[in-house]
Amino acid sequence: MSASRRRFLKELGCITLGAGAGIPLLDPDLTPWAPYPQGEGADAAAGTRQWAMVVDTEKCLRPEVRAACVEACNREHNVPRIPDAEEEVHWIWSEPYEHVLPDQVHAHTAPELKDAPVLVLCNHCTEPACVKVCPTGATWKRESDGIVMMDMHRCIGCRYCMAACPYGSRSFNWRDPRPWVETEANGKPVSDYPTRTKGVVEKCTFCAERLRTGRPPACVEAANLVPGGEGALVFGDVSDPESEVSRVLREKNTVCRRVGLGTGPNVFYVVPTAVPTAAGEGRA
Amino acid sequence: MSDRPRIVAGLGLFLVLAAYPVWSALASTGDPSPPVLARAQDSAGCVEDTLYMAAHHADVLNAWRTSVVRDGERFYTSTAGRQWEMSLTGTCLQCHDDSQAFCERCHTYAQVELTCWGCHVAPEGQGAEP
Repeated sequence: MSASRRRFLKELGCITLGAGAGIPLLDPDLTPWAPYPQGEGADAAAGTRQWAMVVDTEKCLRPEVRAACVEACNREHNVPRIPDAEEEVHWIWSEPYEHVLPDQVHAHTAPELKDAPVLVLCNHCTEPACVKVCPTGATWKRESDGIVMMDMHRCIGCRYCMAACPYGSRSFNWRDPRPWVETEANGKPVSDYPTRTKGVVEKCTFCAERLRTGRPPACVEAANLVPGGEGALVFGDVSDPESEVSRVLREKNTVCRRVGLGTGPNVFYVVPTAVPTAAGEGRA
Repeated sequence: MSDRPRIVAGLGLFLVLAAYPVWSALASTGDPSPPVLARAQDSAGCVEDTLYMAAHHADVLNAWRTSVVRDGERFYTSTAGRQWEMSLTGTCLQCHDDSQAFCERCHTYAQVELTCWGCHVAPEGQGAEP
């Protein structure tokens, strides 16, 4: 029997359809309708961590606590202090409560609470949108500890990640940052940490370079040294139920930013128990 | 043929221009010998042997960066069996502590653009002159 062209095309279509329908059965991880990892897939594999932070917004109402955190980070990472708000670079900074946690604010929220300054930084999301859009692999979710890392060598400055991040955690270097980096008397930057260059995006890395040598992030260390700031920032492995972050998350009422987006932030906030009275001392 | 002088002159000019790399190098008064580099502070030896490092230091640094930043591995075991922390600042620059007298001198000689110090903090220590 000689196959007609029409029949050949029909059979080819049926084979393609059949093979395509079978693909999801081959790999159970490929089910595209799960919004974010659930069940076994959500748990970190054996031996992997997820670093996380709990910010106590009440303790961080003290301006000296916030200032110490921001200052420690800026010095540790040679973050440039560019006065122009349109070009400023920040890793950790303060924003009003109503902007940080818009889902917690309603028409009758006390204005003192709305304006209360809250520390913000990269959330090191479980499902980071920035990573999904990066065309060069310059930013990625590190499997071993869940840090959303940056490799400045690979960044081409397309700023897709900045558009994708719902938290504004990323800053672009519109110009060479060196002139705005704090220096020692001899003109060298205060830290050995590489400065960035014009045309790359930067953000908080949970102090990956400090964690590597067993030290806590600079902001956490700085907060604990300020009187009244002990425990303002708690850092640890959220996949370990015995860690301090896990304990705080169990015991206190915590929220995180814009949960509805499904990004799975790993920076959590202990909300104030009462409306702050001494709020609005200015942003750190 | 009346055009012969012009053609010969044109060919001559072309040959002179085409041979520019040859005669410019011959006429150059610059010192063609390789640059003398600042010696490393620690004489115990580099991560790998000198010739290998001269040829492949950029590859080594790239591989180190990938290991540390992506794979979370901090230590490198050299072919001689010695263990090193994979860190530009923490390892390399502890010995090669003068970027002008070491890195720049050779990169200028080889006409290879050096971009590291645009971000990394360049060491400006007292380079031990040989």
